[in-house]
Amino acid sequence: MKRIDRSDKVRNGFHQAKWDEPIIFELSRKGERGIQVPRAEEEISARVGDGISAIPTGMKRRVPPLLPEISQPGVLRHFMRLSQETLGADVNIEIGQGTCTVKYSPKINDALARLPGMTALHPSQAEETVQGILEIIYKTDCIMREISGLDSFTFQPGSGSQGILTMASIIEKYFEEKGESEQRNEIITTLFSHPSDSAAPAVKGYKIIHILPDENGYPDFEAFKLAVSEKTAAFIVANPEDTGVYNPRVREFTALVHKKGGLCGYDQANANGLLGVTRAADAGFDMCFFNLHKTFSTPHGCGGPACGATGVTAKLVKYLPGPLVEQRGDKFVLNNTTTYDPVSVGKVRSFLGVAPVVLKAYSWIMSMGAEGLYEVAKVAVLNNNYMYKKLMEIECVDAPYIIGKQRIEQVRYTLEKMTSDTGITTGDIQRRMMDFGMHYWSSHHPFHVAEPMTLEPTETPSKEDLDEYIATLTQVFKEAYENPEIIRSAPNKSVCHRVDDSGVDDPRQWCITWRSYLKKTRPN
Amino acid sequence: MKSIGFIVNPIAGMGGRVGLKGTDGLAEEARQRGALPLAPARGQKGLIPLRNFESELQIFTPAKEMGEAEAKREGFAPTVIGRHTTGETGAADTRYAAKEMVQQGVELILFAGGDGTARDIYSAIGEKVPVIGIPAGVKIHSPVFAQTAQKAGELAKLFLAGQLHHFDLAEVLDIDEEAYRNGQVKTRLHGYLNVPVERLRMQNRKSGTPLTEKVSQNSIALDIIDNMAKGVMYLVGPGSTTRPIMENLGLPCTLLGVDLVMDGQLIAADATEKTILKATKQRNFKIIVTPIGGQGYIFGRGNHQLSHRVLRLAGKENIIVIATREKLIRLRGEPLLVDTGDISVDQMLGGYIRVTTGYKQQMITRVR
Repeated sequence: MKRIDRSDKVRNGFHQAKWDEPIIFELSRKGERGIQVPRAEEEISARVGDGISAIPTGMKRRVPPLLPEISQPGVLRHFMRLSQETLGADVNIEIGQGTCTVKYSPKINDALARLPGMTALHPSQAEETVQGILEIIYKTDCIMREISGLDSFTFQPGSGSQGILTMASIIEKYFEEKGESEQRNEIITTLFSHPSDSAAPAVKGYKIIHILPDENGYPDFEAFKLAVSEKTAAFIVANPEDTGVYNPRVREFTALVHKKGGLCGYDQANANGLLGVTRAADAGFDMCFFNLHKTFSTPHGCGGPACGATGVTAKLVKYLPGPLVEQRGDKFVLNNTTTYDPVSVGKVRSFLGVAPVVLKAYSWIMSMGAEGLYEVAKVAVLNNNYMYKKLMEIECVDAPYIIGKQRIEQVRYTLEKMTSDTGITTGDIQRRMMDFGMHYWSSHHPFHVAEPMTLEPTETPSKEDLDEYIATLTQVFKEAYENPEIIRSAPNKSVCHRVDDSGVDDPRQWCITWRSYLKKTRPN
Repeated sequence: MKSIGFIVNPIAGMGGRVGLKGTDGLAEEARQRGALPLAPARGQKGLIPLRNFESELQIFTPAKEMGEAEAKREGFAPTVIGRHTTGETGAADTRYAAKEMVQQGVELILFAGGDGTARDIYSAIGEKVPVIGIPAGVKIHSPVFAQTAQKAGELAKLFLAGQLHHFDLAEVLDIDEEAYRNGQVKTRLHGYLNVPVERLRMQNRKSGTPLTEKVSQNSIALDIIDNMAKGVMYLVGPGSTTRPIMENLGLPCTLLGVDLVMDGQLIAADATEKTILKATKQRNFKIIVTPIGGQGYIFGRGNHQLSHRVLRLAGKENIIVIATREKLIRLRGEPLLVDTGDISVDQMLGGYIRVTTGYKQQMITRVR
């Protein structure tokens, strides 16, 4: 009997399942049902009626909704197949998700969120009947205060970008009350902060000023001095930025903004490398947001469900969206003061936000404890710098800025040398990595770093996982020099060879519902 | 079957090695000083990446060393057009060949030379057909050239494979060689050539397709127009980035010159320095400029009408710099440059400046 040779870390044997699965509506067969509910016995019907007559006529549909009609195994097969056609976090090593940390989320968190005690709740219930989840939200708020040094958190925003939009709305309300709205119309951010830090305030009508990095990759303080003025409403920034470079002078930046009467908002979407190390308040920030779906382990995919927990200092609490959860004696209550006060932001989303996400985050935090969170930061930084060192040893890999110093929790590399040597681009590498069951992300447009590659391991991959990812990248770079055709033709073992994205910029070709798809593809 | 034009200016670059700062009208002297032709070898290098295309590529070239010989050495069978010249080749041959190639319906012209050659191509074909320059001259100020011959060929290959969808109007700049030999740099903007640009398009949900240069320029123009003040004169400098300002105001635009605008009216088109000094006397005025060419000059290249005298009168606070984010990123962290010929004005402009990069969007950029 021969042992299987596992010495090569690269999974050359990977092949994705390909079902070319139809859309669920296409699988619909008239009259097919998953569950046939038996008729109620006469005795019961006589007592409670048919369950429908009691609904006022105005609220009743005239025709049933056009939902797909499929048997139970049909539904199960459909979604199982779709799940096999993705590179989900439970299938592959999620390291190439730069700026979008997908750490492993312990399954217990999901099990808790699926308990009937959670799933059967309705946010309109009387507060004395939902004391459990209110307590969890309140306690998570208290934990977030500890982590950030700020004074109060809302869990309403349903994403990181909505967290930034909430900060921009708070900024707007703050200056409205001071009577300075007209004058303060500029928001300063940095080139390597997440693009949403510009986009969200731009939606509010703010003028956006970008600070470029200096030659070391730190936000250029001299340029910043020129940017800050009586027109500055706020400075919204990520630190570390997408490059993984931490600005150690950040306090000078926030102090200057405060001196000119502006506010400071901190994009802490990825706080992985900073838990228990630095705090937003200590760096001089008036507000920040955390992505529970990144740093605090609640899984996210396809854009949800998520939570951009947004916190502020005491002087800004009155602008927060409501309701806020408070403890009074041994009871937890909804404080709606800010919800209905025209001075405040009011609401950014219905009810209290996505409650199960807060529950999952709370479960994760409680399983880690304070020391555990600090450990997360240390391991995330260690993982990243281990990978950074290994990758920088490869001839064609480089990373601009702070040469020889360690990064925080991610790095934006450049493959420019490889591209000029071989013509293979970062986009080609992305498609080839799929052949090994790997995900790989380059950067946000426009590419400020040429031929970028952004990797963020987080604390969850093991050394074996890191080594496998590094070995796979190493092999692909080698192919770029020795066998570029295999890269150019990639993906070779994936579900779709190449997606025709020619219609991406043409709204006439967008259909986000089944109905609009039918309408736009109707034969004339 | 794809067809391209390939032109080599065989004397380009000869003056450089022997200290002549250009070869315009001095080829003979350069030879006497021992200069050897350089462009033919460079041009030939630019064809290397196209080798695998041979069977499906029709190449039009002028005779002999102006393209035919290089293409043959690289294993192509070119179709020779134009006149068989004897002796010295010149600008007229380049112009004739380029015109003829457009007639033949080529999809692209690949040319080896310098700024002077780019000028000849521009005067012959304007923006009709996309071009790619193989750098082989003494002066390479125009951003119509690829960084190296190899890269020019690779770009041509991508273009022919239908992988380039974006085009830029790139400046054709040339310095006055006579003045340059006397130690003065006077660049003139002669026009624009159509250049294919390599843009990465990633199928990535988190990175939308970047806006086209044109859309970005338009959003900059709207920002500038929305902020124009009554009774203030605006000096709109040359460039394709400033053009949409005039277009959105419904005014004619001098692409290569400075137009004076006030309260939505055109006061003067293609103004000289003298006109500008006269028109701005005792008046609030602002200057709108965009970096010219590949190196990021905002003054001193291609807009000499905006002289140091004009700039001193204006003061730094009345200078509005505009550029798309892409254009700034292409400078790769290098500062914007000024070279007005007056040290104190250069110093006044140095430091940091706000650059408008879109509607309600600015970047703070270094100036040196």
